[in-house]
Amino acid sequence: MKIKFNPFDSSSIPVLGKHGGRVKNTAFAVTIIIIAVLPLFLSPFRLNLAGKYISFAIAALSIDLIWGYTGILSLGHGVFFGLGGYAMGMYLKLAASGSSLPDFMSWSGRTTLPWFWMPFDHPAAAVFLIMFIPTALAFLLGILTFTNRIKGVYFSILSQALALVFVTLFIGMQQYTGGTNGLTDFSRIFGAPIAAMKTKYIIYYIALVILIFTYILFSSILNSKCGRVLIAIRDGENRTRFSGYQVSNYKTFVYCLSALFTGIAGALFVPFCGIISPAEMSISNSIDMVIWVAVGGRGTLIGAVIGAFLVNLSKTLISERFPQIWSYFIGLLYVVIVLFLPKGVVGIVSDIRRGISRVKQKKYRNSTAAV
Amino acid sequence: MSAICTVLFNGISVSSILLLAALGLSITFGLMRVINMAHGEYIMIGAYTTYIVQNIFIAVAPQSAFDWYFPVAVIASFLTAFFLGFILEVLVIRQLYGRETDSLLATWGVSLVLQQAARSIFGAPNVNVAAPSFLNGNLTVSGVVMTYKRLFIIGLVIFCLVCMYLLLYHTSYGKKVRAVMQNRSMSQCLGIRTDMIDSYTFALGSGLAGIAGSALCLLGSVGPTLGQNYIIDTFMVVVLGGVGKLVGAVAGALLIGLSSTIIEFGTTASIAKAVVLFLVILFLQKKPQGLFTIHSRALDE
Repeated sequence: MKIKFNPFDSSSIPVLGKHGGRVKNTAFAVTIIIIAVLPLFLSPFRLNLAGKYISFAIAALSIDLIWGYTGILSLGHGVFFGLGGYAMGMYLKLAASGSSLPDFMSWSGRTTLPWFWMPFDHPAAAVFLIMFIPTALAFLLGILTFTNRIKGVYFSILSQALALVFVTLFIGMQQYTGGTNGLTDFSRIFGAPIAAMKTKYIIYYIALVILIFTYILFSSILNSKCGRVLIAIRDGENRTRFSGYQVSNYKTFVYCLSALFTGIAGALFVPFCGIISPAEMSISNSIDMVIWVAVGGRGTLIGAVIGAFLVNLSKTLISERFPQIWSYFIGLLYVVIVLFLPKGVVGIVSDIRRGISRVKQKKYRNSTAAV
Repeated sequence: MSAICTVLFNGISVSSILLLAALGLSITFGLMRVINMAHGEYIMIGAYTTYIVQNIFIAVAPQSAFDWYFPVAVIASFLTAFFLGFILEVLVIRQLYGRETDSLLATWGVSLVLQQAARSIFGAPNVNVAAPSFLNGNLTVSGVVMTYKRLFIIGLVIFCLVCMYLLLYHTSYGKKVRAVMQNRSMSQCLGIRTDMIDSYTFALGSGLAGIAGSALCLLGSVGPTLGQNYIIDTFMVVVLGGVGKLVGAVAGALLIGLSSTIIEFGTTASIAKAVVLFLVILFLQKKPQGLFTIHSRALDE
């Protein structure tokens, strides 16, 4: 093997000065404005798609926080997305069934509501559980793995197994979860009819506000001392530990935070999609979330947002016309991005900008030398 | 009593398949620190090769020689997977040294492409492979029914295991592989062509997966996602057993295979999966590197 310095290695992506910076924040502002005016031009069907992309962007930001900045590659984030989604779905299902049992339960012969469905009858409790369940699971897993220094690919494999377990559990316990079909046929959300355009617009803008909030929250964390420690963990976990930082606490914290926002993203996904099924938790969905971040550019929050929109938009456009080609396309995308473009779209743009400024500097130097 | 023995036999049978798939994965991960998510697709490639060989025999060979297709298919599966593994190593894996987590993503992409390729070539529905007639039937020992197919697979796995043992511990190639595993740069200094070792070892691991694929043909039908059903359990075997050692792979496969069949005996398959994952995580609390590891003083393993 040739051991050589690899400028594309994630550990050597330089983070200089304040995180984000003026250019990236401007780019984020532009992206937000585009997303905000989109509903004016979109049909109701497309509006649902755009809403889904916003929820994907929030999930991508959460992945970026733990992967791009802290170096934890989770291949099971679909679980948190799905748990948030199921919590929302259970609330919507109960709201739709009124006083009777949800339809799939009576089909499978149940006569009473299981105890863990009870709290979802209440909107406030449901919102609390949307945030609580994914965080609690992440906390448990984080404590059990990070404290014992299970890291790198070992953690990735365990998180992937977690996704498999949750999918089989949710399919297996049909009478509690609706099995493969998941939860669907919703009618009202917080008292408003879910299919009405007005409700759609409101949910769309709520999702947008949450996206902005997530971005600002993550940027401020990354600009704080805590963020510096996270980046230090990515670049040299043992050195950080030897400098006296409790690495496992930082990792568990950031993993919980990431799970929390992925759960919220899952909950926002449900009203747009109208269904939540175990497929959302599957391994391939979980890994797809990682490729959104990789395409946009890991370690740049704006990259996660751009990547989520780019990949999903091209998925919709390509698979609408040529469903077979999409698998080849996304498969090759993984290989090409990892091998040749590890810094993603944002990396390409900043490389071009750096190139332009270098040319300008040269010209300036030449002109001053001539004088 | 016979119920217990049946569960044990089924457990060992499941373990043997896992072991065959995990052997290659464990050695390539130990050697190159690259996780190959496309390993499951090499199982699928082996299975489809068996299907093709069967169809060639049906078309060309006389009826009486049909049973001989299976030994030919096992060898053909090994060679096909070996060859394709070699190509993958040279084209993709070689670029990924030292980037463990990135290798997960790139090989996942490869696995998506291979699955879709299988779907394009052979169609989405599963295809069936007829077992050779000498493997139909059971052996009954004191009430425990053991099918010849499963016994044959266990025998095949033991044969592969012995071959791998001899190869790794009694040949000069094996000595080089173990040297590179322990200290790559020192091996390079001593004149070992580590890139060739990597390519052949990766191809060998893929070839073993191919054999696993042709063995799986005996147990069920063959589809494009065949590998996906086994790959997670295979990874768990590697994590539990520790990387780079045959004995680790054997112990890991037996533990996962037996515990999941035993738990399944009392409950359901989905609960068994959850319990096994939980047990593995609990076990790793005690030994984060797995059961058997190559001892090293390096800090960042």
